[in-house]
Order: sequence, then C-alpha cells, then structure tokens
Amino acid sequence: MVDVQNPPTTAMREADPASAPRAVRKARSILVPLWLGYAFLYLPILVVVIMSFNDSENLFVWRGFSLRWYPELFADEKIMQGLANTLVVAAGATAIATVLGTLLAYGIQKYTRGGLIRAFAIAPAILPDLLLGIGLLTFFSLLSLTLGLHSAILAHAVFATAFVTAIVLARMASIDQSLEEASRDLGAGPVRTFMRVTLPQLAPGIVAGALLAFTLSIDEFVIAFFTTAPTQPTLPIVIYSMVRFGVTPEVNALASILLLVSIVTVIAAQRLTRLTGTTK
Amino acid sequence: MTSTLDRAAPAARAPRVRRGLAPVPFLAPGMFFLIVFMAIPVGLLAFYSFFKRGRFGGVVFEFTLDNWVKLFEPLYLGVIGQSIVVAFVVTVLALLLGYPMAYAIAGLSPKWRTVALVAIVLPFWTNFLIRTYAWILLLNNAGWVNQWLQGLGIIDDPIAMLYTPQAIVVGLLYMYLPLMVLPLYASLQQLDPSLREAATNLGATPWRTFRTVTLPLSLPGALTGCIFVFVPAMSNFVIPELIGGGKTIMVGNLVRDQFFEARDWPFGATLALVLTILLVVVIVVQSAVSRRLTEGSRRG
Repeated sequence: MVDVQNPPTTAMREADPASAPRAVRKARSILVPLWLGYAFLYLPILVVVIMSFNDSENLFVWRGFSLRWYPELFADEKIMQGLANTLVVAAGATAIATVLGTLLAYGIQKYTRGGLIRAFAIAPAILPDLLLGIGLLTFFSLLSLTLGLHSAILAHAVFATAFVTAIVLARMASIDQSLEEASRDLGAGPVRTFMRVTLPQLAPGIVAGALLAFTLSIDEFVIAFFTTAPTQPTLPIVIYSMVRFGVTPEVNALASILLLVSIVTVIAAQRLTRLTGTTK
Repeated sequence: MTSTLDRAAPAARAPRVRRGLAPVPFLAPGMFFLIVFMAIPVGLLAFYSFFKRGRFGGVVFEFTLDNWVKLFEPLYLGVIGQSIVVAFVVTVLALLLGYPMAYAIAGLSPKWRTVALVAIVLPFWTNFLIRTYAWILLLNNAGWVNQWLQGLGIIDDPIAMLYTPQAIVVGLLYMYLPLMVLPLYASLQQLDPSLREAATNLGATPWRTFRTVTLPLSLPGALTGCIFVFVPAMSNFVIPELIGGGKTIMVGNLVRDQFFEARDWPFGATLALVLTILLVVVIVVQSAVSRRLTEGSRRG
C-alpha cells in the first residue's frame, strides 16, 4: 500500500518542500475511514469463511480445523437441486434479456428522441423488486399459469432486460456512427447494417450486459420468492429457508464457495472490460 | 412502404431520428415483453387494490375503497412511518460512512483506485442472504461480537444485539453501503482538480476548499447515493425478518405477509403501491433537487 501515498506526496514535495511531512500525515489519515469501511465490509465475510473450516456443529465455538462441511455440502441434495434450478433460471433469463435488451438499446438510441421509451425499458431495474414480484405472482395466477422454473425465467428476464439495455446503451454511445452510415451508403438495409456492422461493435457491451444479467439472476431472491414453485426453489430460496429454520454449518461452506466464485467472476469481468476498453 | 422509406432517405443522414417501420424490429419485441410482464402486472396490482379479497385468497370483483382507507389505520401508518425512519437512518449513516471512503478512493493513484473500487464492490457480489446470515454469526448472544466484548472484559453478560431495531439498521447499512460509495466516488472523481488547485492558490485552507468547492460539487453524487440506499432499504423484508426477528415490521414484511399469510392480495397490492408511490416521490424530488444543484453550480 506504500504506492498509494507516493504520487501525491512527491508532487507536493516539489510544490512546497516545507509542507511535505504534514502532507504525508494527511495522506495517511485520509485512508483511515477507508480501512474502517473495509473492516466493516469484510469482517462478516471473514467470519463466515473461517467458520466454514470449523470442526464443530456449533456455529459459534471454534473446535479446530476441518474440511468436513465441504463434502457434506455437495452431498446435500436440496442445495444441489437448488443450484441446478438457479443455473437454469439464470441461463434462460439471460438468453431472453440479452436478445431483447440489445435490440431495445439499439432501437432506442437510433430511433427515439424522447426519454419515455428509454425510461420504460430501464424501469424494471429501478422498480422495487417486491412490486415486480407480487405483480407477476398476481398476473400468473390470473392466467392460471402454474408456477415453476418457467415463470421464474420470465420474471427474471424482466429486470435482466433492463440491465442489458442500460449497459448496451452506454456502449452505443461510444461506437463510431460513420461506419453505419458507410454501410447504409453502400446499400445495406437497417437489419443488415445492424447484423454486420453494429453488432460486432456492440459485442463487448452485450457480453458485459449478459454477464451482469446472469450474476444478478443467480443472486435474485425476492422476485424468485414470489414467482417460483416451493417445490422448485432456486439456491437463494434454499439458503433463505436454511437460515430461517436453524442454520447448519454447511451454509458457511456454501457461502465460502459462492464468495470464491464471485471473486473470480468480478476479476474476470474486470479483465474483460479492460481488454475491450483498449479497442475503443 | 417503399415510398415512406424513399422520402425518409434523404433526410436520414442529417437528423438521428428516422421514421417509418425501421424501428419496429428493434423496439417491438422488448416493448411487447415489458408491457406484458411489467406494465400489465403492475397495472393489475393497481386494479386489484380497488377490489375485495376472496375468502381463500384471490380477489372478488366488487369495487371498494376499503383497502385505501385501511392504510390510515394507526397500525399501518405506524409501519409505514417506521420504515421511513429506519430507511432514513440507514441512508444518513451510509452517507456519513461512505463519503470519507469515496473521498479517500478518489484521492488514490489510478492503479490503486481500481483495486479499492473492486474491493468495495466485491462484498456486493456475494449473495445477500449469506451476508445477512453473517450478521447472525456476529450479533448472536453467543456470537463473535459478544465473545470479543466478554473476552476483553468490557461486558460480563452478553448483550442482546440480534433481533433489535439496531441490528436491522446495521444489516441494511452493511447491505447498501457500496451503493452509496460508488456514485459518490463517481462525482468526486469527475471533479476538475484545477478548481481545488485554484482554491488552494487563492489561499483557502484544505478544510475551506473542501467545504466551498468539493462538497457542493459532490452533492449530486451524494443525492444519487442516498436514493440508491433509501429505495431498497425501504422495501427490504428479508433483513428485518432474519436479523430483526420479525419484531420491527417494515412495509416489505407487511406486503409479504398479506400475500402469503393473510391471503389478502388486494390490501397487499395497495401497500406495495403506496410503497412505490413514496419511492417515486422521493426519486422525483431528488432529481429536481439535483437538477437545481447542477444548474446552480454552472451559473455560479
């Protein structure tokens, strides 16, 4: 972390040698709230990870190191089924949202002037998920549609579409308009121009949007809570019932694995955006 | 159809908005989907809020204003008020904690800035139920915080921390703090450094520079952060249940109970609509204030 303070202090030293020591002290003290904030953010996670290696049924007493909860986790049918359900729902919702969101973003950027359609397309990301969840529950029940993974896919696709639209719209703003004009001047229709010229340029945004839709869908609890059948719970719903009706130490192991997956995903996404960022 | 396209063609190059049927293949599928699965369901809730509940759940199509009148019973007004207070306290704490964090990150070198931001976002990407559960481990009577406090001799008997309103505040603050830091960081980072330099060159102390330059210019980001925290904090029903013990009921819990326990869908719908209307009002006020702020700073 030494690097953090180096650039500002050297700059200040050049500007005003006398104030350098004070500047160093200031630079460090400014980081104090940041470290406190990180402590707040990471302490609970750290506790969970440590306790996942605890050789005890008791959640609060450390009895020595053990990996026993990890195999038990994978042997737990409820959790594994929940994981499978989650992946099906997330994949389905992401597929729908990626197609619809990309088309929407393109249509909005190209053909609309006012923000009304844009606001409508982004609305599901802002609406309380509670409202969307019970609205869809009410709607599905009116249609006498049996709840299951299919209803969860449709429900998740609603908010996922909004996120894909938002991200692709952001990407749209940074692409070169003249290429499309050239394509049109050479006689390509709007659909062909879109497929051959625009889509490849939008690809990084679409991938980022799909990735976000997928991760959000995996984590989504409230909407799934209202739109999935109790017999086909997604992983967050399984976790919810585990936490609600007496926690088992398996949750710690599950949490640690999910944390690891999140870290890998975030770093991968970071790399991806950095790679695509250089093509701009 | 060809004639409209032909007529549109010459004009198409200059303005960005083109007419005719060209937008249809792009806009129609998504709009259709969102109308069916967002607008109609939400509209349905608004519709149901004017009807009676069925004996075993569902709706009886007899017009009534009862659901809207029922809102004004002290019990429900109390819950709504309590939710506003809790969400407000969480938002203020998030601002107090998040501002220095965002300020510190904005002052880092670009390389460390990325690391610091990822570190802010990372907890956010772990399942929120698990993050809530982590607080059970910490706040329980036999939990870590009590163990530490006892170990250090600060307290003799464990303090009941779990299942209190304070636990709800801590849980919500923990959950939504990153949503405060990110927009704040964005507005602080956009700040033109030359403005601060100018203030310093004109003899302003660091504190005065902060108060008269940095703080006002970061207010739009602060407002956005407040909305990002307040809106989900207001409707969250999982944290009040899992670490609040269901004693402090928030609007979200009430809505959930109307749907799954009381089976009073019309009243549940009414409550959810009130919640949404409140949040829309908050967002509209926020955007009006923030527009005035940016205009003011541009003029001044």
